[in-house]
Amino acid sequence: MDMTPEPQVPAETGPALLVRNVSHRFGDTVALDDVSLEVPRGAFVVLLGLNGAGKSTLFALITRLYDNITGEIRIFGYDVRRRASAALQRLGAVFQSRTLDLDLSLKQNMLYHCALHGIRGREARERTKRALEIVGLADRAKERVRNLSGGQARRVEIARSLLHRPLLLLLDEPTVGLDIGSRESVIDIVRSLVEREGLGVLWATHLFDEVRSTDLVVILHKGRVLFTGPVPELLAKTGTKNVSDAFRALTGTAHSEMAA
Amino acid sequence: MTISSPATAQEGWQSARATAGAAWDANPPKLGFRAYLTCFKGIVWREVLRYLHQRERFFSALVRPLVWLLIFAAGFRQTLGVSIIPPYETYVLYEVFITPGLIGMIQLFNAIQSSLSMVYDRETGAMRTLLVSPFPRSFLLLSKLVGGVAVSLLQVYAYLAIAYFWEIEPPVWGYLTVLPALVLSGLMLGSMALFLSSVIRQLENFAGVMNFVIFPMFFASSALYPLWRVKESSVVLYQICRFNPFTQAVELIRFALYEQVDWSALFACLALTVVFLGGAIYAYNPSKGLIARRGGPGAGV
Repeated sequence: MDMTPEPQVPAETGPALLVRNVSHRFGDTVALDDVSLEVPRGAFVVLLGLNGAGKSTLFALITRLYDNITGEIRIFGYDVRRRASAALQRLGAVFQSRTLDLDLSLKQNMLYHCALHGIRGREARERTKRALEIVGLADRAKERVRNLSGGQARRVEIARSLLHRPLLLLLDEPTVGLDIGSRESVIDIVRSLVEREGLGVLWATHLFDEVRSTDLVVILHKGRVLFTGPVPELLAKTGTKNVSDAFRALTGTAHSEMAA
Repeated sequence: MTISSPATAQEGWQSARATAGAAWDANPPKLGFRAYLTCFKGIVWREVLRYLHQRERFFSALVRPLVWLLIFAAGFRQTLGVSIIPPYETYVLYEVFITPGLIGMIQLFNAIQSSLSMVYDRETGAMRTLLVSPFPRSFLLLSKLVGGVAVSLLQVYAYLAIAYFWEIEPPVWGYLTVLPALVLSGLMLGSMALFLSSVIRQLENFAGVMNFVIFPMFFASSALYPLWRVKESSVVLYQICRFNPFTQAVELIRFALYEQVDWSALFACLALTVVFLGGAIYAYNPSKGLIARRGGPGAGV
């Protein structure tokens, strides 16, 4: 095992996330076909795609679950393959599936994550407290995760992803299965992180109403990127009035398919 | 259900900002030796915590060997005489003879259970959180394996404590000298289980593992009968038993429990650990391993 620490590199350059010409296949199925996209520093980027568009595969590649990448993925200039450690230190991730230990308390879950990033002792406890304050759950630190609602558990996962103070946050369909109130609260928390701390966010969703007119949008359909750019540009290009119509125009999907 | 309104979240945010001394955008720290140690301790501690919170798991891990000890061994006691063989210096009860085998069984079950959960979790749950840690994968995997071994130690000592009241009384120091043996056998069985379950798809369900791994390994070993007895029946089977990794683990534990070292078992276990660990790390490597190529369950798009 490699025990030598990463050499210290001067301030890195490049966008928060750069994905260039990435393809991936499972057997004969092409999951991603020459995908390129960028998350500028401090930008909120919505990755729009229906279920099965390839969003989760892209997340798996960025987080190095699979590594047989064609093309290039860089986090603040660090290649996720060659400089995995430096790249992962700058990345926070909230996965689609629930990944908290239900029988452990919020605090225990958070301290575990601190340890995974080499943060210990008082520093770990302070960061835990702070992160739980950010998502408004500091008073429930000692409760078991099992007692939380779906929306609260999501907020804990967001708090957890902030513990090592990443500058890039990936969220894979974070609002799926939440009621409207919880959805809004989760979105507000993440948007305020972008505004206040300058985090770059890649937010994958198939819910069009989560897009704001100031966001950047990436439209992923059947493994291919059909559009990247600001919302007004998307509407102008497709000659439509809202994101949902624009998506339909670009992908040629009927209303019924999108309901799925 | 309580939902905190955006206002609450923002208030929390502001107070968090007020107490935050360090700037958010500081460069991440170097991962030195102490950071490795923190990560290692964190992973092991989580495995232990989780285990202690799952009462049924704690219970079932104890019931299995106790059924063998209290029922099977009692029935076989009269049928199967065990002659004096090292490390025993007198005739021993059958219960005493099979205790190292049952300890091995505890560790084997625990190894298989944790490796199966690692394979299942790979795509979805806790494994993904683990794998986005900035430490090298081989280190994370090894820490996770040691966490599994720590859990198996709790199970083994709980079993030994109960077995003490059934006249299974190894020398007092034996409880201590068996510890390093248990760590090694646990690591060996753990990495073997992880390697097998990553490489062989059919082993991803528990029934398959019972049929193709646990039963053959357990019965074709020195856990239940001394190997000279097997030799009398079949030389081929005897050779199979001798080369069974589980036999090596059981013999290592058996001698260590009586304050002795079975050197050949020790070297066999060390060598097997290196081989299986290397295989498991290879299988888990996202670029070279077999996981990436086959996609895995629920890999979907």
